[in-house]
Amino acid sequence: MLLFLAPIVAGLIGTWLPAVGIFPALGGHEFSLAGWRELFAYPGLGSALRLTLTSGILSTFLSLVLVIGFVACCSERKSFQALRRLIAPLLAVPHVAVAIGLAFLIAPSGWLVRLFSPWATGWTTPPDIASVQDPYGFALTLGLVIKEMPFLFLMTLAALHQTHADRRLAIARSLGYGPVTAWIKVVLPAIYPQIRLPIYAVLAFSLSVVDMALILAPTTPPPLAVLVLRWFNDPDLSMRFVAAACASLQFGIVAAAIGGWRLLEIIIARLTRSWLTDGQRGYGGRALAPVFGLAASSVCGLGALSILGMAIWSFARRWRYPDVLPSVVSLESWMRQGSSILTAGLNTMTIGLAAAAIATTLVVACLENERRQSVSSNGRGIWLLYAPLLVPQIGFLFGTQVLAVHLNLDGTWWALVWTHLLFVLPYVFLSLSDSYRNLDERYVRSALCLGASPGRVFWRVKLPMLLRPILYAMAIGFAVSVAQYLPTLFAGGGRYVTLTTEAVSLAAGANRRVAGVFALLQALLPMIAFGLAIGIPALLYRHRRGLRGIA
Amino acid sequence: MSSIQSGIRQIFVGIVCLLGAAGASQAQSQNWDDTLAEARGQKVYWNAWGGDERINAYIAWVGKRVWDEYGISLNHVKLSDTADAVSRVLAEKAAGRTNGGSIDLIWINGENFAAMKENGLLHGPFSETLPNFAGVDVEHKPSTRVDFTVPVEGLEAPWGMAKINFIYDSARVETTPRSIPGFLKWAEANPGRFTYPTPPDFIGSTFLKQVLIELAQDRDELQKPFTSEERFAEVTAPLWDYLDALHPHLWRKGELFPANGPAQRQLLDDGEVDIHISFYPSEASSLIATDLLPGSARVFVLEEGTIGNTHFVAIPFNASAKAAAMVVADFLMSPEAQAEKQNETVWGDDTVLAMSKLSKTDQQRFNDLPRGAATLTPEELGATLLEPHPAWMTRIEAEWQERYSR
Repeated sequence: MLLFLAPIVAGLIGTWLPAVGIFPALGGHEFSLAGWRELFAYPGLGSALRLTLTSGILSTFLSLVLVIGFVACCSERKSFQALRRLIAPLLAVPHVAVAIGLAFLIAPSGWLVRLFSPWATGWTTPPDIASVQDPYGFALTLGLVIKEMPFLFLMTLAALHQTHADRRLAIARSLGYGPVTAWIKVVLPAIYPQIRLPIYAVLAFSLSVVDMALILAPTTPPPLAVLVLRWFNDPDLSMRFVAAACASLQFGIVAAAIGGWRLLEIIIARLTRSWLTDGQRGYGGRALAPVFGLAASSVCGLGALSILGMAIWSFARRWRYPDVLPSVVSLESWMRQGSSILTAGLNTMTIGLAAAAIATTLVVACLENERRQSVSSNGRGIWLLYAPLLVPQIGFLFGTQVLAVHLNLDGTWWALVWTHLLFVLPYVFLSLSDSYRNLDERYVRSALCLGASPGRVFWRVKLPMLLRPILYAMAIGFAVSVAQYLPTLFAGGGRYVTLTTEAVSLAAGANRRVAGVFALLQALLPMIAFGLAIGIPALLYRHRRGLRGIA
Repeated sequence: MSSIQSGIRQIFVGIVCLLGAAGASQAQSQNWDDTLAEARGQKVYWNAWGGDERINAYIAWVGKRVWDEYGISLNHVKLSDTADAVSRVLAEKAAGRTNGGSIDLIWINGENFAAMKENGLLHGPFSETLPNFAGVDVEHKPSTRVDFTVPVEGLEAPWGMAKINFIYDSARVETTPRSIPGFLKWAEANPGRFTYPTPPDFIGSTFLKQVLIELAQDRDELQKPFTSEERFAEVTAPLWDYLDALHPHLWRKGELFPANGPAQRQLLDDGEVDIHISFYPSEASSLIATDLLPGSARVFVLEEGTIGNTHFVAIPFNASAKAAAMVVADFLMSPEAQAEKQNETVWGDDTVLAMSKLSKTDQQRFNDLPRGAATLTPEELGATLLEPHPAWMTRIEAEWQERYSR
């Protein structure tokens, strides 16, 4: 645990010290607030702050409302199952790939406009409207919702399972509550505590996202996190102090936002207490079902179209406005990138597999230990595990880089795996802990009674029964590793090229043909991992129907 | 390992001592042989902006050639911003790593070079002792020795020549501006059809400098740092007045600017704007050849000339493979590599070499290069204006943020 959290603590300190003027390599030996003064003198700070807050909070709020609304209203509809199947691939697609695809989809010269131009709109040249990189950050918000909604949806499904929501719902319905009202009054209060941490993680992520913001957010000024990166990279090295101050501010904002959200939770809980228990059955809400169904499907649809657009771009040679499809098609983008695809793909795969395997082993060991010692690791332990997801990456990665250089670890493969592990571990824990804890204890007891040792029980009974969730958790860990941009950049010293770093640097160059190749591959790898996670148990247990159902 | 390093150090000491010594060429070539021997088997991590697939492909070609020729394994670390590399060298200096650094070679010029030179983050001098430096046109291309008015002093090796030019689609646009005031008139007549990349992107910043120079009363003053705040305000006043008048007529009404040059190239291809600002005189033909722009793309320049500069490669003070990095830097200046780079079907970046200094066969390499319809002759490209001192640029970029990014 110490080894796990040390980089974050060291990273934060390494970022906070320069914020108050202490950075010996640049001749900063004394306490000074010059960095902060310069930060507050920056004229775009107000707009950057507003942009960060609105896109971060709005996207979290929208994702949550969509998920709750959709689950509450539509869980009996057909679309629910269809969407449920679409969720996993969307979750697997890295943020950058979605951002690049979405930018092409909704741009004034983008795919959606091309579908209707010029025959319907009369636009022979694209309209001069800022639909991407708009000053309000709506494009960024939309991009975040596309990525965060599936995550919250999956977390909610897990929580439903854990709280036996179907039984609660059945009882409430039998008492005459309307389906939606029943869900809101009986299920939501039970599952909310289970999805609270994931919500905070989404909030923290949305407030400090860099890779998506680089593509979808406006540039004058950009959101705070992009400013931090820009200042860290400024050739004028004294800007490092301002960057450090801004990174600290970013940390403060995330902390404040999470605090504010918590406060809001408490207030809402107070205010709705009487309504929850007033016994009103409420039949409205059914009317809302099509609204939420449509909203949730269009968000997922936009995500799917974004990826499809990039897939087509990767085979395009010429594709100008207003052509709906490429005018010249070729395989050249793929052929030319052959060697870099191979290097980047291999790096992505080995790092992702290592991080996912280590994380899964650690999590299984931790959960098994918890079982045997009968200690529960709820509460504080979970918060520590979550720390890397709640602390903005940009706030501690620079400090972590200095630490890695001190330990002579920077730019090594292990430093990279270690840094990825920080972000992979919480997700793996999150997706595995439920199934692990919910495994019926009686199987274990029966095996023990039959004389098997605890080790044998673990290997012969628990692992086979839990194979599916374990592989699934590993796939999630792999997907998380594939998507890492900043950690790869900082810990890998740029020496380890992954599909993600390649995609972002090409997106900066705005070359959709090549960006398409990498975005597609980046989406493909995790999907293969998910496919294997589902396929392997299905194949192994094709004669054991009972084992296929456990997830 | 340490013996290799001390060996490298000895070679450098040797090279530095030989700087400027007449008649030392034999000893020098002796030393160069040592460097070549040292370089064999080394790995070079070259940090270079990776936003353009054509440039990346050229760098991959260089990697293949130095492997075949010198047994050097070259790795292109693709940056989205060169300053990332400066940042990394700094982090290594902060951690006290004075050798075994993670970067061996950086593609660099201007502000980034000035910052690294000032903070002692560069290795050298080395560039003028490289064998192929003899072919560099230092007489007619003064920017190969003075980078944005900052003396190079052998700390970086010239790689290519850049010069501002403007690309437009002749199928859609009939008249093009011929001067900076002409741009304002053109933008008024064609609202929303022009823009420039967000400063401090180097192309965006260079456009600002082009405006500054063309509107300035005294151009020589820009070659030195400004003397006072009042002077800065006075000299740059026409620039800000001009931008205030121009911005409402730009793409997105001047409220949003493309991230960088290639992003604006994409806007031109998408038909969102009509003009793309390029830094490489043969880029238009190259973009046509690689199907990134339509065949009707053409180039125009301004009557009074446009800004030009040189881009370089430099070696950080703590590079792990200095010998191999020098060999790569030398190869980049070779007629073979320079001609390949100038080839429009490859990249279209102009050479730093002087034709008069090359052998007949090497001259022929350049004469044999294809010449696209969109490439202007050197005469048509017009005069080259000198970069102002970096102090102006840094301050103008900050001021631009202050005025237009809020």
